[in-house]
Amino acid sequence: MPKTSERGLFEQVMAETPGGETLITCLQCGTCGGSCPSGADMDSTPRRLFALLSAGMDKDVLESNTPWYCVSCYYCTVRCPQDIPITDLMYAIKQKAIQAGKYHQDSHAAFSESFIGYVERYGRSFEFGLATRYHLTHHPLSMLRKGGLGFSMMRKGRLNVTPEKINNLPQLTAILKEAKRIARQEA
Amino acid sequence: MENSRTYTYYPGCSLQATAHAYDESMQAVNKQLGLTFNEIDDWNCCGATEYFSVDALPAYSLVARNLSLAVQSNGSQDLVAPCSACFLNLRKTNDYMSKYKDLNSQVNQALAAGGLSYEAGALNVRHLLDVVIEDVGLEQIKTKVTKPLSGIKVAPYYGCLIVRPETGYNTEYPTHLDELMVTLGADVVDFPMKTHCCGGHMTQISEETAYELIRRLLQNASDYGADAIVTLCPMCQLNLDAYQNEVNRMFGTNFHIPVLFFTQLMGIAFGLSENALGLGSEIIPAGPALAKIGTVDEQKTRERPKRRDKKALPMPSMDSGGNE
Amino acid sequence: MSEEEKIGVYICHCGHNIAGTVDVEGVAEWAKSLPNVTVSKDYKFMCSSLGQELIEEDIAEQGLSRVVVAACSPHMHEPTFRGACSRAGLNPYLFEMANIREHASWVHQDDGEAATEKAKSIVSGAVSRARELEPLEPFRAPIDETTLVVGGGIAGINTALEIANAGYKVILVEREPSIGGHMAQFDKTFPTLDCSACILTPKMFDVGNHPNIELMTYSEVEQVDGYVGNFTVRIRKKARMIDVDLCTGCGDCWERCPAKVVDTVYEAGLGYRTAVYRPFPQAVPKYPVIDTESCIYFKNGRCRACEKFCPTDAIKFDQEDEIIVTSVGNIVLATGYDLFDSRRLPQYGYGRLANVFTSLEFERMTNASGPTDGKVLLRDGVTEPKSVAILHCIGSRDKNTNDYCSAICCMAALKFAHLVKEKTDAEVYNFYIDMRTAPKDYETFYNRLMQEGTHFIRGRAAEVTDAARKPEEVGKLIVQAEDTLIGKQRRIPVDMVILMAGMQPRHDSQEVSHRFGIGCSDAGFFNESHPKLDPIATMNAGIFIAGVCQGPKDIPASVSQGAAAASRVLSLIGKGEVEIEPVRAHIDEDRCSGCRICNNLCPYNAIDFLEDLAVSRVNPALCKGCGTCVAACPSQVIDGQHYTFNSIMSQIEGLLWDVRPNGEEKVTFQKTEPV
Repeated sequence: MPKTSERGLFEQVMAETPGGETLITCLQCGTCGGSCPSGADMDSTPRRLFALLSAGMDKDVLESNTPWYCVSCYYCTVRCPQDIPITDLMYAIKQKAIQAGKYHQDSHAAFSESFIGYVERYGRSFEFGLATRYHLTHHPLSMLRKGGLGFSMMRKGRLNVTPEKINNLPQLTAILKEAKRIARQEA
Repeated sequence: MENSRTYTYYPGCSLQATAHAYDESMQAVNKQLGLTFNEIDDWNCCGATEYFSVDALPAYSLVARNLSLAVQSNGSQDLVAPCSACFLNLRKTNDYMSKYKDLNSQVNQALAAGGLSYEAGALNVRHLLDVVIEDVGLEQIKTKVTKPLSGIKVAPYYGCLIVRPETGYNTEYPTHLDELMVTLGADVVDFPMKTHCCGGHMTQISEETAYELIRRLLQNASDYGADAIVTLCPMCQLNLDAYQNEVNRMFGTNFHIPVLFFTQLMGIAFGLSENALGLGSEIIPAGPALAKIGTVDEQKTRERPKRRDKKALPMPSMDSGGNE
Repeated sequence: MSEEEKIGVYICHCGHNIAGTVDVEGVAEWAKSLPNVTVSKDYKFMCSSLGQELIEEDIAEQGLSRVVVAACSPHMHEPTFRGACSRAGLNPYLFEMANIREHASWVHQDDGEAATEKAKSIVSGAVSRARELEPLEPFRAPIDETTLVVGGGIAGINTALEIANAGYKVILVEREPSIGGHMAQFDKTFPTLDCSACILTPKMFDVGNHPNIELMTYSEVEQVDGYVGNFTVRIRKKARMIDVDLCTGCGDCWERCPAKVVDTVYEAGLGYRTAVYRPFPQAVPKYPVIDTESCIYFKNGRCRACEKFCPTDAIKFDQEDEIIVTSVGNIVLATGYDLFDSRRLPQYGYGRLANVFTSLEFERMTNASGPTDGKVLLRDGVTEPKSVAILHCIGSRDKNTNDYCSAICCMAALKFAHLVKEKTDAEVYNFYIDMRTAPKDYETFYNRLMQEGTHFIRGRAAEVTDAARKPEEVGKLIVQAEDTLIGKQRRIPVDMVILMAGMQPRHDSQEVSHRFGIGCSDAGFFNESHPKLDPIATMNAGIFIAGVCQGPKDIPASVSQGAAAASRVLSLIGKGEVEIEPVRAHIDEDRCSGCRICNNLCPYNAIDFLEDLAVSRVNPALCKGCGTCVAACPSQVIDGQHYTFNSIMSQIEGLLWDVRPNGEEKVTFQKTEPV
């Protein structure tokens, strides 16, 4: 079998998603697109994105905003008449878009990456850091408006200004480093 | 005699910050129900939805470190998470590692770099609500109710990840939280949008998307006359509560629907003090809604039960079938 | 004696089916080296007449005493080659078939070499077994000319009438109080829109009055014994609590009955009936039954209104179930289907949102004698809808429920759309995945519906909700779907939703298939003997299937199958007797210890214990040759004819022709000493 990187995007996405091989049986019925709560904001419905993917229109897939508007509600997954793990496929397409550097409207990817940055640095998420850093970079105006909310949250003890940190961070770092190495090797 | 039950416990990041009220009320209620939660030592973040968007294998490995540490704690095989996102990630990693051999060996290879391992399926990952309802049981809960919640209309809001993908509960129209609220004496709204999305992380990256999802939920709860929304997920609570005023600003609406954790309402029904339940930390104050508890709805008592219209066609019975 | 046998081996190419993977010439050449093989040949199609003649010539010219054909499954062509042997004067039971298609070429398409090696083993096994075969004569048994038809829907009605009209007796057993089945619930039938009752009622009447048909309604078959031509069936006639000899069907009883319940069978839950009831005016027979679960008298001992008002004293509260044991020669199962339970898909709101209806409810609604007198109304029974959505594929083509297409719903949905248009001014929206309108004149009907202005939205509906997002949605049911041809999500507010619920096997179809000894698919539809060439017969000779119990289909297809089943039965009756495979167990009575272990293990009750001789004996008419007793006998004195110990062990030895433990002796099996 060829390495995944030598296969087309359709095959790669299927291969890298547990249970993803079922995508080849997509009926194009639109249950996913009909169920999606954020479908209105997507440039393609999930169904159309899969049609583009199977047609080999990789560039359109990687540049699509569709997976970035996925809210992970799993309605599509449980309703899909062909048992296709659609939500997981959306994650896989996001990963491919990041790897290919194709997704230019990068604020969504940046949020995920900032979140992960804190997790990798502390072992815990850090909402205050995330909110301030991400919003200052991407939505400075809304930051001003939401300052009041942040203040209320802090006053009610719902926003910690210093991050929690796990004790055995080196262990976590080693695990994540090895996982990334295996993932690269598989590709 | 009280039955005492012990569980391995994964709190998740939110319970220490945005959802500290959930944490406090859960602890207060646990004492009443004889539940002991042993927190996993040195647990890490579950990665929420973010890590899976960027890099799958490290995301599974991040979660698997928690599963491995949970087994090391030598406690109960039942691992409880109160947060729906944590519950999903722990459960999904556990299930997928059992189901997909390649993923299992790769994750274990990554864990080995940190001197850890995890035998897929060794734990049974459960949500707090499931433990409360299935293990403690509604009958026992009923015996603890000293201040029934009559007079307050609550919309039970499950969100997504406690029922999807398959958890054994109905993926579209679960009723276990409804039943718990009935047990506490509340008036329960048959909330059509009970398993619809709260917007998730979209509040951070696409306000228009998120606020519309939140608006739909608030609108529906309001249309159905709910005094409060009750939830079981820190993210759902945060989005519906903290962003409610933002939603009002964007859509010109005027919602004031408090959003409470089910543990807070349990605590109230058990007669615990508001301080012990983290009440007051919500952005939309729950006071006016909670004040309705114990009041009698005059209109309701005056209404006579409607006689079925002779011309009307029978409704399908919901006695059997349905929930599979 | 096996030393002198002359065996002919024939390897079939089956076009490319076998020859495309297996080296057939090589196998034929190799087989010549096997002991006793006199002739070994390969041929393109052994089942062709030329192929069969090849065997016949070799038997005549070479004096073959055993024949092995390595080809496909014996299921289809064992009778073909047995026939060839017979014609050449060789006992047909000296023929052995080796399956190198399903067992080798098809399953190892990517490895020709391994498939060839496996084919050699299979052929070797067959040759070894052939050497041990013994000539046998089939049993002959007369055929009982009475036929049992189970199920009184349109398929069963048609089967019964065809057979009865040919002059033979039929017993028609129906579980419900009346025959008619689902077709009796419909008002119109697609694509011609002719009145269902108008075409069905005469047939029902004929069944009820036919001198050759014994109709047993409110009855169920409980037990089936025997074999083709000679079945014994046990039928439970449930107590109607009505003396049908006295009852005139006048209706005084149900008009006075104070107990009203929702009729979930005939009215599909949309209407009410009384505790003593006749399901519908045209019911056959005309007699009512008392539903003892809802009857007030049976619940608390008071009432008896029906008894008081019955002018002929036909009410009999003490009536008991009646058991009838009778013999029949053939059985036709036409047990029909259940409707998919739409409550299993809560996203469509059935049972929660009042104005969501199932397809069967809508059939009743449009029926002139239904609960709304044929008017299309919302659940309030008053308001006419201004917009209706029809959702296809509810419980069909869905791995979460039923993964198959129910075949009829597209056309039924078109029919509904037409009826809504005819009876109201409503806009109609069809939500579909694919429109499936293949049979004759169906596409024309689809075209007609498009001309009538029905909206077609290509996309499976995702959900139905009453949660309004916009003012125009308030008070409506909103159907949310992706219009896949536009690529956008749409929300269509409507007053009424009809769910085109799929066809499911009867809830007890697995149980029924066991009772009649036939196979059942995973879904629960009864298995036919061959999906293309024998869709009416089952693997149990003398038992046939017709209608939806075999798989989803519409009325014309069910009628055709009913007629086809009748024709199969009539051809057997015409023959007068059946040949039964002599594959039977046989007990060596001299060596039988009389332990009786086999007696109770036999699933067909075919073993009798002879008290005077203190031995067991197999009744060959009942024995099916399953081999259970053969394996269980502690004295090893039961042999299965055609599957003797020696023939099976020889076959295994043959299969392992190239296996030599430790490079030493060839594997041989010894019969172990009796315990």
